[in-house]
Amino acid sequence: MTADRVATVTNVVLAGLGGQGVIKASDILAEAALRAGLDVKKSEIHGMSQRGGSVTSDVRFGTRVLSPMVPAGEADYLVVLAESEVEVARPLLRAGGVVLAPDLIPDAELPNKRSLNVALLGALSQYLELPPEVMIEAVRAALPERLHAVNERAFELGRRVAAG
Amino acid sequence: MDRQLLSGDEAVALAARHAGVVLGTGYPGTPSTEILETFDSLGGRAQWAPNEKVALEVGLGAAFAGARTLVTMKHVGLNVAADPLFTAAYTGVEGALIVVTADDPGMSSSQNEQDNRRYAVAAGLPMVEPSDSQEAYDFFFRAVEISERWKLPVLYRMTTRVCHSKSVLTPADRGVAGAAPATHFDHDINGRVMIPANARPAHRRLRAKLAEISAWAEVDAWIAPPGRAPLNRVIGGAGSLGIVADGIAFMHALEAAPEASFLKVGLVNPLPVERIREFAAGLTRTVVVEEGDPVIADSLRAAGIAVEAKAETYRFGELDVARVRRILAGDASPEPAPARGKPPELCPACPYHTVYATLQRHDCIAAGDIGCYTLGVLPPYRAMDTCVAMGASIGVGLGLRHVLPDDQARRVVSIIGDSTFVHSGIGGLVEMAYNPPPTGHVVIVLDNGTTAMTGQQEHPGTGRRLDHGPTNKLSIEGIAAAIGIPSVTVIDPYAEPEEFERLLLERLAAPDLSVIVARRPCILAAPDIRRWEQQAAELRARAAEQVAVCEPAEADR
Repeated sequence: MTADRVATVTNVVLAGLGGQGVIKASDILAEAALRAGLDVKKSEIHGMSQRGGSVTSDVRFGTRVLSPMVPAGEADYLVVLAESEVEVARPLLRAGGVVLAPDLIPDAELPNKRSLNVALLGALSQYLELPPEVMIEAVRAALPERLHAVNERAFELGRRVAAG
Repeated sequence: MDRQLLSGDEAVALAARHAGVVLGTGYPGTPSTEILETFDSLGGRAQWAPNEKVALEVGLGAAFAGARTLVTMKHVGLNVAADPLFTAAYTGVEGALIVVTADDPGMSSSQNEQDNRRYAVAAGLPMVEPSDSQEAYDFFFRAVEISERWKLPVLYRMTTRVCHSKSVLTPADRGVAGAAPATHFDHDINGRVMIPANARPAHRRLRAKLAEISAWAEVDAWIAPPGRAPLNRVIGGAGSLGIVADGIAFMHALEAAPEASFLKVGLVNPLPVERIREFAAGLTRTVVVEEGDPVIADSLRAAGIAVEAKAETYRFGELDVARVRRILAGDASPEPAPARGKPPELCPACPYHTVYATLQRHDCIAAGDIGCYTLGVLPPYRAMDTCVAMGASIGVGLGLRHVLPDDQARRVVSIIGDSTFVHSGIGGLVEMAYNPPPTGHVVIVLDNGTTAMTGQQEHPGTGRRLDHGPTNKLSIEGIAAAIGIPSVTVIDPYAEPEEFERLLLERLAAPDLSVIVARRPCILAAPDIRRWEQQAAELRARAAEQVAVCEPAEADR
């Protein structure tokens, strides 16, 4: 039982502004973890956040996840969709954690600005043990078919730039 | 069955479908709204009521007739529904009546952070509280079982992080709750007509049922079907520390103190006091970790059990793993301030900008109300002076008008949204006609054709049901006229800002009563509204065609 309680958990916080696709991105990431057979929880605040304010969403996955919220200062990865939110969200990151911000994704190569969230997930995929093909499956499952091609390109772009 | 990643709200909706709930009703309110929307999308019969009181009364009637019924609301909604709730505890039900109260500790989208576990104690009703989506699903069947066995409404308490967090759940095989009974009506005048002569024995019956449930909480609530968590359970640990926890606080605590022994409470009223006494007796230190008020800690200490409560500072806001670590360390020192991001704002294309700009320009005293239009309080407008409860803008505005000096009284307006108006503004308007202030009064109804704040739900004024299909449409201006308001004007403040300003100044100067319906669809909802209206028009056209085909046959007969 006790061993069960100290399981390894990966903590990802996604941040941005209302309407940017933060929640969609966290849905995709959580779905990928589910498909990979892991335990997963995700949590965010709805309501007021729909009105253009700051939005953060926590995704935690591993062998067993307890609290759905990433404790402040314990995020392994910070995926930020709005440059203005990077400093706001930074206190959530643990020492040595990784920040993935919009400046990572070359504007000119992004097939559609709305796919920034998926591009950053592609970048994140370089760091995670989740198989990238499972993440792509989750992208497809979360979006209507007409958006699949453009988002798969965005995902690959993110993956490529994060590989350096 | 497949593993699914569902929110607590979705889990309750799925359980309600699997448990044979016949009718779901409620009023939208974060974080409860998605329960009925999901129940509808899963094929359940779900409907929005004008407010929580009506929803509970509809649910009660259905449960009198033997149906399994679900009623949903946010925590403050239970205040509105409290009147029928307390006496429904006396009448009891024939079927099952599960009342979800979705509390919002930390007030992510609410005007207060009241702890509705208090309602279970005050009304004398059993209360079930899950900690994640799997429990939100599993415990629902137990709630139905309790409700049908003791013929009592059951309160189902959730909180923001249980409602909106997604976690993995495996649905049960169908039929866990047994076959839903057929609906029927048996007269039970002594049991359901709460005149004092009937209510006195009813109160004694309620207390007798609660005594039985207390005994059940000590034994049967610790047993579960294979593979499912029981309502109450103990998780043994290694050290001398014991933790009693409920709801989401249990998850934070289990992560914060993996070595501790846990007594997890899923039936928060009545508490398994003797089992907790036994648990605490075997440990050197037992701490109650609960979000909100010290409800469990107070009950246990009143029962003479030596448990530690959290420090007062942790009554405020949500708990999380870090705060639970501090509670366990007895650390009540000031906490680091949470990161402050960009606050929400009125959408750039919101039709209400003109309204707030006008109120600000003329230094109006604005008694406000609850909805996204409350955002008019933020810069640049800061054009709202009060916001207390659903519908309160009208009563509060009238009270200000009654006592303020004339020059100030003439600047008072009440400002209320369309869904809020239908929810509980109509009574205020009746009061305005009945007891008009000497300077008159002006009510502005911001009619954007949707319950915008909670995610664009329908209400009686939209003329569409929860599933967006057409139904009767309530006319706000018609109601105002029928109540006897002499000046009722409908205007589009976005299309005619100057005319809106002229009208408002004219009505403020007049010593009589005015209702201004500022009507323009919510910018976020407008495309959907157009689509639903088109679908409704097609339905009507098809129905008319059928009538045309049928009528000659009728004439032949």
